[in-house]
Parts: sequence; C-alpha cells; structure tokens
Amino acid sequence: MASKPRTLYEKIWDAHVVETRDDGTSLIYIDRHLVHEVTSPQAFEALRLAGRPVRRPDLTLAVPDHNLPTTARRDAAGGRIPIADAQSAAQLAALEANAPAFGIRYIGDADAEQGIVHVVGPEQGFSLPGATIVCGDSHTASHGGLGALAFGIGTSEVEHVLATQTLLLKRSKSMEVRVEGELGPGVTPKDLILHVIGVIGAAGGTGYVIEYRGKVFEQMSIEGRLTVCNMSIEAGARAGLVAPDDVTFAYLKGRPMAPKGAEWDAAVQWWRSLATDDGAEFDKSVVIDAADIAPSVTWGTSPEDVLPITGAVPAPESFADPSKQDAARKSLAYMGLEPGTPLTEVAIENVFIGSCTNSRIEDLRAAAAVLKGRRKAANVRWAIVVPGSGLVKRQAEEEGLDKVFLDAGFEWREPGCSACLGMNPDKVPAGERCASTSNRNFVGRQGPGARTHLVSPAMAAAAAVTGRLADVRELVD
Amino acid sequence: MQALAGVEGRAIPFGAKNVDTDVIIPAEWLKTITREGLGKGAFETVRAEPGNVFDDPEHAEAPILIAGDNFGCGSSREHAAWALLDLGITAVIAPSFSDIFSGNAFKNGILTVVLPQEQVDRLLEVAREHPITIDLETQTVTTPFQDRFTFEIDPFRKHCLMNGLDEVGLTMARGDAIAAHEASRVRHLPWLDNATEKAA
Ligand code: SF4
Repeated sequence: MASKPRTLYEKIWDAHVVETRDDGTSLIYIDRHLVHEVTSPQAFEALRLAGRPVRRPDLTLAVPDHNLPTTARRDAAGGRIPIADAQSAAQLAALEANAPAFGIRYIGDADAEQGIVHVVGPEQGFSLPGATIVCGDSHTASHGGLGALAFGIGTSEVEHVLATQTLLLKRSKSMEVRVEGELGPGVTPKDLILHVIGVIGAAGGTGYVIEYRGKVFEQMSIEGRLTVCNMSIEAGARAGLVAPDDVTFAYLKGRPMAPKGAEWDAAVQWWRSLATDDGAEFDKSVVIDAADIAPSVTWGTSPEDVLPITGAVPAPESFADPSKQDAARKSLAYMGLEPGTPLTEVAIENVFIGSCTNSRIEDLRAAAAVLKGRRKAANVRWAIVVPGSGLVKRQAEEEGLDKVFLDAGFEWREPGCSACLGMNPDKVPAGERCASTSNRNFVGRQGPGARTHLVSPAMAAAAAVTGRLADVRELVD
Repeated sequence: MQALAGVEGRAIPFGAKNVDTDVIIPAEWLKTITREGLGKGAFETVRAEPGNVFDDPEHAEAPILIAGDNFGCGSSREHAAWALLDLGITAVIAPSFSDIFSGNAFKNGILTVVLPQEQVDRLLEVAREHPITIDLETQTVTTPFQDRFTFEIDPFRKHCLMNGLDEVGLTMARGDAIAAHEASRVRHLPWLDNATEKAA
C-alpha cells in the first residue's frame, strides 16, 4: 500500500487513535500511565466518589518521588522514619493506600526500584518505543528518548486516563530539530539541549512535538537521549522524540517489564518501522551546527537564558525585544548578577547533581570522572548527589562512585526529586547560588530566593571543585 | 456528577471584577489530597474584611455567586472550581469568565452564566434580599419580580450538565470503541499488555 510519507510522531499517533470526532479531536489510547503522589490524590478521590475502577491497572505504575526526603527512610530496625511535613506525609500515604486499593503496582519508598518516575519508567522497561506514555508531570517528555510519545497531563486528565485509558487530544504540529556534525570534547547532551532552548526560546516549541534528528542523536546513549527529551518542555514543546534504533533495543532488552522471547522480536520489528519516512514533512525545521555548542550554563530565570561558559553576564539592553529587556533586568536582580561579569567568575555555594534530567548512571560517572582525586572548594557549603533510582544508586556503589563523591565532600543521598523543586527538605537557601543539573531555573524553584544555574553533571562537578561556574574542559584533558 | 436542571436560591452579590484564581483559592491550599474542604480557604483574603458578603448570614449556603468581568483569571488551578463546590456554589453569573476557569467549572458541574453588565447589576441589586432562579432548559434567569434574562450556552455543555455527564463519563460511554481498540491492539501489539505483571 503506497501511503504518504509520515513522521515518527504521525505513526505513533495513528496507531493510537480510538476514534476521531467531528471537531478534529481524537480519543487516543494510552499505553503506559505513571502515577506519583502529587498529582494523583484528587484523581483517585474522584474515581472513588463515582464508584469507578481503574480500567487498566496492568498499564499503570505508581512510584512516590517528589515529596520523599532523600535522607534515610528506615531506621536500623526497618521502621519508617516519620516525615516532618504533614502535607507531604499525607500525599505519600494517599498514594500508598490508593495504589493497592485500585489494583495498581506500587514501588514503595524502601524498594530498591524506587526513584524518580521518569528514571524508573525506562529503567524497568515499562516505557517502550512507539508507546503513548503519560504522567501528571510535565517532564514526562523524557520518555521520548526511547521513541515513545510521552507528555505531561493535569489532575483531571489523570482521572480520565485511570478511568478510560484514553485522552481526548488534538494533534500537535511537528518540528524537526536537526543537529549537524559532532559534539566537541566536554560537550554533553545537557549542553546540547540547553543550547537548543537558547536558540528556539522557552516558548518556541509551543504547539509542537519535536523530533531530534541527526548523527549526534544516533550516536548518543539512551541516558543522553532521555536528558534531551526531558527538557523539550522547557522549549515549550509538549513532547520530544528520538527514533528508536539498535541503541534503544540494546538498552531495553532484558529489563523487567520489557517484552520477552517471541514478543520481543515482534516488538523490535514494529519499533524499526516507526522511523520517520524519507520525504515526510515537518511543520517546522530548525538546523543547528554541533560545532556551535559549548559547555553551557544559564544566567537568568528562564531556561532560554543560556550562554556558553566562556561568555559573560549579558546587559539587558543587549536584547532587541523590550519585554525581554525587562525580563532580563528582573532576572539579573533576582540572580544578583552584574552585566559584563565573566560567567567563570560567578562564585557558587551549592551543588546539586540529580533530577530526572541528570541522575542516571552515565550522569554520575561523568561527574565522578571530574571529581576523582579532587575536593569541593572551601566556599561550597552544600554539595549533594541524588541518584535517580535505587538501582542507579546500587550500580554507582558497585562502581565505587559513591566513594569518589564522598571523598570530594559530597553527600550521597537516597533517590527522589530532591532539590529539583522546593517540595521536600532539600532546598537551596535564599540568596545563595546553586550549580544544578536539574531542568528549571525559575524564581524560587529550588527554594524561596534560591539562585539556580543549570549545567551538565560534569560542569556541576567542575563548579564544586573550583567554587565557581567553571569550564570543565580546563579540568580534564 | 449531579444532573443540573437549574439552580434556585439566594445569590451572593459579590460583583468584583478580575477575580483571579488566587483570590478564589490561595496557593497555600494547593498541597491537599482531596477536593473537599477547600471552601474554608475560598475567598480567604476577601473574607478577612469585616462585613464581607460571603459571611453575611443573609447569604449563608447560597448556591449562586454573582461576580464582575473576567471571573477566574490567572492560574489554571482546578482547585478554584473545587473550592466553589465546597462552598455549595453550583452556578456563577458574570459578564465574562476566563476560558480556563469556565472549562474547569464545567468539568466539575458548575454552571457559568454570562449576562450583560446591566443585567448583572440588576441581579446584584435583587440578590441582596431576594432569591434568583436559573433555568437551564429555557436558558433563563428570573427574579421574583418581572425580570427575565436569557443567556447563551454551548449545546454540548448544556446537554452534559443537564444529564450529569462529566468528561470521564462521556468517554466511558465510548467503552465499546475503546474495547475494540484494545482488541486490535492485542492482535497487533500484544507485548503492550500486562506491563507491570511482566516483572512479577
Ligand atoms: S526531578 Fe524535578 S522535574 Fe523531574 S519529576 Fe521530579 S520535580 Fe519534576
């Protein structure tokens, strides 16, 4: 059958349409639903009030992450250490009760597999190529790194998916972000996506699903692809995608929830057919030269406020758009930065390595490689590493990475969202600066008054060692 | 969701313009685990003022709220609708609403009635001492006097409200289509089923 060439996004969309209404909205089947404690309580409550069951508990996985403290959760006798914040404790208790009540598999706070939902999904093989994946969390876009159509939803939609395993959606526009050439030394997937956001802007992807294309992505590990797709939302896009390939299949094979045997072979065959056809058209195309990308760092309070580490704090007047000038003025006041200051002269007091953007084993290896045999600078008050899951933590310990971090003066924590957002005890004090591997440098994101500079894990390590924002290329050869 | 043929009773003559969702329910109330109980935080800043209309015994348990232009602007929090419901409010009358708020209100079975400013002014006056009747079938608002105002409403929303159909319920009514999709999915993409059981 000769059909019109289609993009990866169109193929996944088409495979999930239950029906299309007259007004152009489609009922889309959802293959995988990840549930965490913050956005689910009212959804479960609504089901209970209406006497409705969860349609497909087998396609739903519940994991607490946002509110969990990253310090020890059990005492020596195995008893639960109480959580100080009553509302956090209530949200966690609600999920722990709701999951079994609705027949949903629950990975609890003391299980080795517990972690940030967006780390756990791929790691367990729950997230698969070509699948539609949702979660009440905007960084669900991460799973697009496996070639899945993955996006965040609100609480009413969580309820809708729990009850019907579908969502009513309008098809998005498609954008191709093509990166030509190869990344230079010291330049990581995090630097790449920060650079992309700088180029297209924090709202540039609004209304689009982005497909990342080019040799750079073909050569990139799954960890790297997850990092890139994770931050698609910071460019305004609902989802990001990288076509599934042999790297993807090698990553997934043998994972606990991945298909096995004959099912695996059939799955791989289908996954291979999903790649964007030659001649398929995108609504928008952005081409980026990899040679233009340096280790990057944000200076302001939007992820689009990004510069190469070799740059200097910009003057608000340097922006053409008056509203951007105004935003830059406010950002610089909040960040306590003077225009013209070289970024490498900006001293930092805190370092956070973690979050669903950069807490996988490869991220920890990259940071440890910089830290090995070094110590954090005297002015760095607080430095923590928060593995994305219990399994990442265990793997890192087997490789001796925990020792490297501890020797460098870092704290080695239990998995969770931690200092990515000020919802649990891990916060950056007001007025202090943090080199952070997370994804949002919004006002107050890491705690009221906290000043966030987004960087890669290697750059965070370099900042810890030097006590300022630093070019990692000067620390490694 | 409750089927809603109309709303009859006392109305709170609030009348304020540009009431944002932070006023309806302040941010510190968002870290909750239920939709219930938010009425306590509803209009907290307004109710801090002595003599405010919400705490006037005359309007205790009034099911209708009358507001000014652009009601429900600001953040998209669904808690605003939950807070109104918890106060016992099932209809809001105003000259205009923010889109997101009216969507959230509809999802939660709250009727939003748009009327021109002079009619809203008249209702504000009547509401101080008398009840108001909203009839959804005839799309009218009437008072114990001669007033009779008609309003527009999206036919689909009207149908849903009158029959107590929420979005989840409507999609559940498409259960056959969903089941058909699931059946074809088992044939073509069988590995997608029983995801969490595979790890057992
Ligand atoms: S790590 Fe941060 S961005 Fe990721 S899910 Fe947790 S809070 Fe959200």
